[in-house]
Amino acid sequence: MDAASLSGGFADTAREAARAFRASLDAMARPGTLHAVTGALPPAPLSPAAGALILTLADTTTGLHLAPSHDVAAVRDWVTFHTGAPLVGPEAAVFALGDWASLQPLDRFPIGRADYPDRSATLIVEMPALAASGVRLTGPGIKETAQLSMPETEAFVQNAQLFPLGLDFFFTAGDLLAALPRTTKVEAL
Amino acid sequence: MTDDYNFAYLDEETKRMIRRAILKGVAIPGYQVPFASREMPMPYGWGTGGVQVTAACLTPEDVLKVIDQGADDTTNAVSIRKFFQRTAGVKVTEATAEASLIQTRHRIPEAALTEGQIVVFQVPIPEPLRFLEPRETETRKMHELEEYGLMHVKLYEDIARHGQIATAYDYPVKVEGRYVMDPSPIPKFDNPKLDGSPALMLFGAGREQRIYALPPYTKVVSLDFEDHPFEPSKADHDCDLCAASDTYLDEVIMDDQGGRMFVCSDTDHCRCRREAGHVGRLGVAA
Repeated sequence: MDAASLSGGFADTAREAARAFRASLDAMARPGTLHAVTGALPPAPLSPAAGALILTLADTTTGLHLAPSHDVAAVRDWVTFHTGAPLVGPEAAVFALGDWASLQPLDRFPIGRADYPDRSATLIVEMPALAASGVRLTGPGIKETAQLSMPETEAFVQNAQLFPLGLDFFFTAGDLLAALPRTTKVEAL
Repeated sequence: MTDDYNFAYLDEETKRMIRRAILKGVAIPGYQVPFASREMPMPYGWGTGGVQVTAACLTPEDVLKVIDQGADDTTNAVSIRKFFQRTAGVKVTEATAEASLIQTRHRIPEAALTEGQIVVFQVPIPEPLRFLEPRETETRKMHELEEYGLMHVKLYEDIARHGQIATAYDYPVKVEGRYVMDPSPIPKFDNPKLDGSPALMLFGAGREQRIYALPPYTKVVSLDFEDHPFEPSKADHDCDLCAASDTYLDEVIMDDQGGRMFVCSDTDHCRCRREAGHVGRLGVAA
């Protein structure tokens, strides 16, 4: 283990985690909105926003799947030291982390059970950039419509059809994050 | 504030667990997410679920308002407000418009809520079907199969017996056409405020270990029948202090001669109206 993996966590855990959670809650409650999160300085290729999400939500009780794009020693060591989250395969993932291409195919991740739809994976998708433009979003949390730059459309259309089952997504780029719950309807413009 | 407590009382591992449950609740509106509710330094029934949700959501920048049946100055509201002043050091307010996070027991404020606000409800029994079917295994199956006929039978029996739907609070709603949800024991007068609210609404049931949520602008429909449509009801009076005719009222017995007065249950709303010069039947001009 490299000494660098010991640093880059929250300096003031309780308060910084509270702010990071509030940003992720606002993002999930209002799909298409962008929120800045700071405090985490994870090793590349992990973005500060994705690092903050991991520090805020993952711990020893949540299996984390690192997709090939992020399955490197520096990230493994950093995540393990700061959260203790067990690194697992996609079928056991509570959280999964990677870029869009390396998270494919999505049908490997748990989508919940009909009696416990909450037992589904949350995917943290690392993006080159995030913007409030692109595909059109409608659904709970959105007054009329919203827009978000997303890697594709079809996968999210299919995911929404699984409701109340399905995957939930965070998108991260730099220190920005956005979210897309399974309830959001996605249409290409 | 004292540094003897972790920020917002709970330890970080507990907060992470609650935060994960809240996010899943927001992603599946109206579905009750199980969570490992902790013992809190207050008895069950005093809002242990709401307090845990509030503790998981609070940031140091928040302005907190706590109401109990609409009032800022009742025991439950005062003790929870002091609890978070002491353990989180957050600012508190009684003004609905100034608050970023509102914890409430059994009311929704009269003043319109805004985007960015979070309302946390204290919930005693989160399962709307519980008094119709006591077994958790069965009610879970009923939610899974969207089998809500029993609830309509209950409402129908109300009509058969009383000529109208007699449920006045805890009135069941259907969320986004999927899950039937218990809106906590708010009066049915408040039910229309759940539909399409700009504020995020979170529900915490401590003893029953459930968290559920309504994201902003979610479709929430109170259950009814075509020939017996849902009607929000209130006492047929104006507020005796501020003369408001459109607020939910508390009835206060004044003497043993049958004297009574009706006052707004939302103390902040009533105060603002009196300060703006509205005077009711028993009010005194400011």
